[in-house]
Order: sequence, then structure tokens, then C-alpha cells
Amino acid sequence: MINQFAVTVRREGDVAVLHTDGYVNNLGGEKIGEQANALIAGGTTKLVIDMEKSTVINSIGISILIEVIEKVQEVGGALAFCGLTRTIAKTFTIMGLAQFAAIRDTEAEAIAALS
Amino acid sequence: MNPKPGTSDLPKEVSLTIPILENMEVAATQTAEAVAQFMEFDREQIDELKHALIEACINAFEHSKSGDSKVYIRFVMNPEDLVVVIQDFGQGFDPGEVPRPDLSAKVSGTDGYKRGWGLMLIEGLMDSVEIQSGEAGTQITMTKRRNKGGAQ
Repeated sequence: MINQFAVTVRREGDVAVLHTDGYVNNLGGEKIGEQANALIAGGTTKLVIDMEKSTVINSIGISILIEVIEKVQEVGGALAFCGLTRTIAKTFTIMGLAQFAAIRDTEAEAIAALS
Repeated sequence: MNPKPGTSDLPKEVSLTIPILENMEVAATQTAEAVAQFMEFDREQIDELKHALIEACINAFEHSKSGDSKVYIRFVMNPEDLVVVIQDFGQGFDPGEVPRPDLSAKVSGTDGYKRGWGLMLIEGLMDSVEIQSGEAGTQITMTKRRNKGGAQ
């Protein structure tokens, strides 16, 4: 679980959906950040991060997600999360993350939130 | 047959020592999961406990500068709650001096430091948290009460 983090990208129109799988710690966060940076550099401004297969996160991983939100905002884009466990959703709520990124239950809802 | 909470033969405490090494917080969460399952906490309570414990361990890993490079964790099982004590023998800190993170400043780039969420998350995920810290180290005592609506 610890060192087997994976992130894959799927395109849905002008939205890129990043599917994470594993513990979002420093390593996982960095992998998400690398993918997001490459997408933004390539002109994508709408990102969905689907965390259905990531049930554990830590504040180091979250700090990298904040960097991703910052970069998306710099290019006038938007980001949405979906597939969060209740606890990760609560964590994001405690931090106030919903002010800066949409949080939806499903991938379809998250994509719709960016339209 | 396994003894259950509230019975006289309940084992009251589980102790765990983890080395300060990358990702060892996960070992602590595995023990937390077993203890909380034994106490019949529900899934959400277990996940909240695990995430709070991860943050407490990471704080100790990153900031304690502990000479013995270890973190000591005790899980104390009570009839109404689970108390988790995370202790290190490092340099300590003043909780009153820890700035409250401001997400707006971090997202806007005004604050380039994106970290600093640990204590806020621990407090938000647990029912009560006490921090004692000084030159001899830091002890975080955090409590998760049984969900009165859940299995008892």
C-alpha cells in the first residue's frame, strides 16, 4: 500500500480526470502534482481528482493538492474532487478546501461542476 | 471467545513503539484499526482516528528531533472512549506559538508554506485533544468517544 501509489489520467472533453490509487502522502502527492503540472503546462485548465481508490491521506499530500489548486487558479481554471471517503471529505471541510475546489460524490458530478 | 469492552477481562491498554522512519505512521494506524475494531467503533470513527494518529506521528517525526528516534503510542480502552497517547522525548514546542493555517493565503500564494495543518486536523477529527510539551518532549492525548448511535 505504502509505495504502490498510482495516478492515471483520462480525458473527458476539456476535462482531465486524475484517478489516484493508494496513500496520498508525500510520494503520492508528488505524483499527483507532476501529472497536474504536465496537464496544466499542456493547456488543460479543468481538473477532476477522483480519489475513490485512495482511502488514506496525510497533510503532506494535502499540501501538494493545495499547490495544484493554486496552479489551476493561476491559469483561470478549476478543480473538483470526487470519490472521497467521509473522513477525507471531513478533512477537506475542516481545512476549508470546499471554498477553492468543488467536492462531489461521483466523477460525473465533478465533471459537471466544472462545466 | 474474545473478551468485549466493559467485561472484567478486557485488556485495557495496547502499547506500540515505532521508529522515526518514513511511512512508519502506517504501522501505527494498523494497530489503531485493530484496537478500534475490537471496541466496535464504526468505520467513520476508525478512519478519523487513523487520520488523526497519522498527523500526530508525522508531527513527531518532523519536529521532535528526538534523540532516541522513537515515538511511543498507547491505546487505552475505556468503556466509553478510546484514549490514544502519542509521546516523544524530543525538543518539544509551544502549542500557543503554532500559527493557525489560513487556506486563502496558501491558495493565493500569499503564504508560500502550504503545510501546518496537523494540529488543526487532529483537533477536528478527534473529540478532545490535550497537548503537553516541554524540554523533555511532547505528549499528545487524544480521545475518541464511542458513537452513541452505533454498536455498543
